[in-house]
Amino acid sequence: MALPIHCLVIGARNGVNPAAASLLADAHALGVLALTDLECYTLYFLEGDIPGSDLDRLSVEVLSDPVAQTSAWRSHLGDGVAAFNNAGAQHHVIETAPRPGVTDRVAEEIARCAHMLGVASVRRAATGQRFVLHGVLTDAERHFLARRLLANPVIQRYAFGPIEPSFPEVSQASALVEVIALRELDDAELLAVSRERRAALDLAEMQAVQQYFREAGRDPTDVEFETIAQTWSEHCVHKTFKARITLPRNRPAWHHSLATKDRVGEQIDKPASEVDGLLRTYLRATTDRIAAPWVRSAFVDNAGIVDFDDEFEISFKVETHNHPSAIEPFGGANTGVGGVVRDVLGVSAKPIAATDVLCFGPQALGMDTALPEGVLPPRRVRSGVVAGIGDYGNKLGVPTVNGAIWYDSGYTANPLVFCGCVGLAPKNRHPRQPIAGDHVVVLGGRTGRDGLRGATFSSMPMDAQTGEVAGASVQIGDPITEKGLIEVVTRAREAGLYHAVTDCGAGGLSSAVGEMGSQVGAEVDVTRVRLKYPGLAPWEIWLSEAQERMVLAVPEAALPKLQALCDTFGIEQTDIGQFTGTGRLLARAGERLILDLDNEFLHNGLPQRRLTAVWPAVGPLGPGADLPAMPDYAGLLLALLRHPNLASKADVIRSYDHEVQGGTVVKPLTGAANDGPADACVLKPMGTGGTRGIVLANGLNPEYGKRDAYRMAVSVVDEAIRNAVAAGADPARIALLDNFCWGDPQRPETLGALVAAVRGCCDAALHYGAPFISGKDSLNNEYTGSDGRRHAIPPTLLISALGLIDDVSQSVTTDLKAPGDLLYLLGEPQGRLGGGHLGLLGMPAYTALAEAGEVPDLAEWAPGLYRALHGAIRAGLVRACHDVSEGGLAVAAAEMCIGGRLGMALSVEAAEPLVALFGETNGALLVEVRAEDAGAFERHLAGQPARRIGHVTAGSQLAIRAGGGGLQLPMAELVSAWSTLPG
Amino acid sequence: MTTLRPRALILHAPGTNRDAEAALAFRQAGADAEIVPLNVLRAGQRRMHDYAILVVPGGFSHADALGAGKLLALDLRTYFAEEVAAFVASGRPVIGICNGFQALVKAGLLRWADNGARDTINVTLTFNAAGRFECRWVTLAAVPSRCFWTAGLDELIYCPVAHGEGRFITKNPQAAEALQAAGQVALVYAGPDGQPAGGAYPENPNGSTADIAGICNPAGNVLGLMPHPEDHVSRYQHPRWMRGEAGQMGLPLFENGVRYAAQVTGW
Repeated sequence: MALPIHCLVIGARNGVNPAAASLLADAHALGVLALTDLECYTLYFLEGDIPGSDLDRLSVEVLSDPVAQTSAWRSHLGDGVAAFNNAGAQHHVIETAPRPGVTDRVAEEIARCAHMLGVASVRRAATGQRFVLHGVLTDAERHFLARRLLANPVIQRYAFGPIEPSFPEVSQASALVEVIALRELDDAELLAVSRERRAALDLAEMQAVQQYFREAGRDPTDVEFETIAQTWSEHCVHKTFKARITLPRNRPAWHHSLATKDRVGEQIDKPASEVDGLLRTYLRATTDRIAAPWVRSAFVDNAGIVDFDDEFEISFKVETHNHPSAIEPFGGANTGVGGVVRDVLGVSAKPIAATDVLCFGPQALGMDTALPEGVLPPRRVRSGVVAGIGDYGNKLGVPTVNGAIWYDSGYTANPLVFCGCVGLAPKNRHPRQPIAGDHVVVLGGRTGRDGLRGATFSSMPMDAQTGEVAGASVQIGDPITEKGLIEVVTRAREAGLYHAVTDCGAGGLSSAVGEMGSQVGAEVDVTRVRLKYPGLAPWEIWLSEAQERMVLAVPEAALPKLQALCDTFGIEQTDIGQFTGTGRLLARAGERLILDLDNEFLHNGLPQRRLTAVWPAVGPLGPGADLPAMPDYAGLLLALLRHPNLASKADVIRSYDHEVQGGTVVKPLTGAANDGPADACVLKPMGTGGTRGIVLANGLNPEYGKRDAYRMAVSVVDEAIRNAVAAGADPARIALLDNFCWGDPQRPETLGALVAAVRGCCDAALHYGAPFISGKDSLNNEYTGSDGRRHAIPPTLLISALGLIDDVSQSVTTDLKAPGDLLYLLGEPQGRLGGGHLGLLGMPAYTALAEAGEVPDLAEWAPGLYRALHGAIRAGLVRACHDVSEGGLAVAAAEMCIGGRLGMALSVEAAEPLVALFGETNGALLVEVRAEDAGAFERHLAGQPARRIGHVTAGSQLAIRAGGGGLQLPMAELVSAWSTLPG
Repeated sequence: MTTLRPRALILHAPGTNRDAEAALAFRQAGADAEIVPLNVLRAGQRRMHDYAILVVPGGFSHADALGAGKLLALDLRTYFAEEVAAFVASGRPVIGICNGFQALVKAGLLRWADNGARDTINVTLTFNAAGRFECRWVTLAAVPSRCFWTAGLDELIYCPVAHGEGRFITKNPQAAEALQAAGQVALVYAGPDGQPAGGAYPENPNGSTADIAGICNPAGNVLGLMPHPEDHVSRYQHPRWMRGEAGQMGLPLFENGVRYAAQVTGW
């Protein structure tokens, strides 16, 4: 007989519920103006024969807060709520609940704490939400609000009225293993299998699989086939970056300012017209040629590693979580942070900082009609992603300290979410090689269907059905379990309890065990894996991308010690098999052998892809345009400061804990009012001695990417390095990470632009002597709407810089410090309007200029200039420093004024004021120096492009004279424009 | 040589994340600090009464499922009720910071105690008025109270808040007034001049009633506060150190606690 279900309805006691107010605003922004008010309630469902006195006790003691909340028990069907929902009613009820199998930490905690209180009659618990909508709404409007705002159908169900809860089940695996008859299939049938199983394998790859099993004299099990598909996915193996690419015979059209000897592309390609792997030929070759002695690990481990000092090393990894964030923004971004943190834990390091760079569609978009079908409104994507990042990082206690946000309509269907993590570990203590006889130990969360086929999902373009079909690919994070993993793994490292460690990421156990055992071999029993709920088939257990799991190779003697550590921190430890020494990967379900693959084939049997590139059209997007006759320079500056790419990100920054761990020496917000922009973040990691610190910065500019992928790459390398140097980083100790987000590389122009960008960032990295230590690509960021139209992202390259500063007390910030100080412009501004932010203000005359202009090029003199500037910083001569980038000199000057709440009087010679004020450039910085230090500063900069252009004023007014033009603006107007929120 | 330093127990529950900063602050203030996982205490491998100071640090204990600090409060009530009660009764100092404050309040250890109904919890910490997590620097002023931790603190404390559920409210206005009258309000949010924020955002960052940032128990040895003085114990943590600004550190608060612990325990 079914047990009764009790439902506790919890509301806010006094005044306005902030969550409701924010949802109401979002509903109005989505165009549903008939909604006049909204109430939000939390629902807790308890199943069991629970006496009324126990229900009341549970409610008062743990489930609700009697001071702040109202609470009432109802039978789960809800007395009379259905009556609200008649046509023409003034109130409507919508209730939501997680879909079965979606991680629900709160439900687990309810069951646990009921038992702690001695209420044993609670059998199971579940959660939900209840919304009461006020106003006369149509059915269509209610469905629209439910789908777009109140629930995400990918992870939640909704009902008009009371909803049935979904309870977690006690788990048991299914034994179902399917054999896929591959050996006799023809080419068309092979491709059909690849498609049906969403394997993302092309014909050559399917044929290689077929050949392997023909030779083995049998057909693959589904476990084997899925393992190969995940291991060979773009996401896991980076086929495009390893492909043999045929290049066009003609010379690329981009303009070099570098001598031929410094161009990695020219050296290696000429006269060849093929490139054997972008990663090997360019990116790794660049790091090898720079041969920095302080690089400890590049491209090999889960994260890149460099020396910090004699005692410690630092690791850094940046990942993308784009596809999951597109269909479930909170969960996608949430697990994006979780995943990259585990990468750092996978090199045995303690996570000490997080970074986030986000690309969204324009926030004003939102009405249903303006969006491709199946795409969430950019406003909702943004709020979900930002909340997801904050939730994970804040709960984990890792400070989120550096980032950027960029808006472009190209990101409407394909938002980009770059999550980075920095780790700290004692030097050379990361063990890397399992030994035969070691146990295969899984630590952390349980396994469910979450994230099935995530690696192949992220390797395919999306369409209108993706959200529905790929629902299982979305995971919800559990940062508290991850925190426990950090506690256990870092202590296990200190105690020497394991021989190898890796995270369970894309491909789940198949990848983790497969990679760890790629030489020694391993054998596991999938029925030993702990499950969240019943019915998982063996291939699902093996491939699940359930979060918060690490795999360790543990010698037998260390198992009890590791178990004791796990018990202390509340982490589950599961022994699922052993590393064998046979070189083969074997999996069993109990007695039955379900996977038996040769590691050599699994890891090296993938046929190299052959791709063809053509150089993309490069340069101006439009015909020549005349400079407007009488520009309103001040008005343009205010419009630039209001542009969401440039305006203050304080609302996002403050939603992240950037102080936890106590080491944030230069915070993401600086200056007199703690609201000015920072070029980079400086960290003094707790537990390290001396004065040395870490500098984190980034560079991103897809607007340049639309016009010239090579120069975009050059520019973002420069921007990342320049930002780091501006904050005090030693230019000789900067390591770089590359993250390419691109469209479909099967299209030759898209691939050509990718090749150009890879060469650009390598040329620049060589020029600056800054090696790449890690990189990642996310391709196929395209979306085909149900109208058949293709929506691709602009070519996007994120460069993240990891620098060192010898003495954190010499860190420099962007805010002006004192009236009377002198201001120097360093570098030779290139004054480019192409791809500049002037073109993004919605003013046709300036958009035409940005279309017609060229984008900035590599500044050949920049490395020498940065070294000289660093010398001046070391000598204590630099009071403030800011890079001149998007929006040009005027925006850089305004930001320094805002930070210091001080004015500036600048004068620059200019043939064309508009170009001098707003032209964009690489290699330039604006620097504040005490008047008495002028001589010493100029001696440090001798021989470098540098000129004095003005001074700091007490008058709170920014005044710039540029040739025959100029502008004057009071502080209040600058601050007000710059503080504008997006949308 | 160091046996005379009072020992501080820094309680580590699943999801605690400012334990290391709290330990550092107490060490700087002259204590020996040990981070002790909850399960180690439960297993009896460490005992609360062997320590002179009990610290419940910040974080998201048990993910703040069911409300911030709620499940850690349940742990305290279920597993350590007698030990904690004895510790408090012995007069030794106890501090709960951020999530620790939330847990102490929800465990009933910090409330307006003189209202006749002794078991009723009449104060709480709930969602910020702005409805979201916020990390920003605030100024704290110690107000005359029974609290030993803040006794004699004449300098303001400048330190960050980082919370989503830090709005201090009482069941009714009388409870707030009674709390103040009883000398249990120890710290308030203030402007740079030290005057109470008067409810104004962002000086009062979360909409707390009467600008209350921290309260103590009637005996004055238990303090709970939302902001993080342990995140301002060195010069380079100040957000404007590069502008030459310094001072208003959180350290004196911890030094007070350590000094007081030494007096009570004789260590």
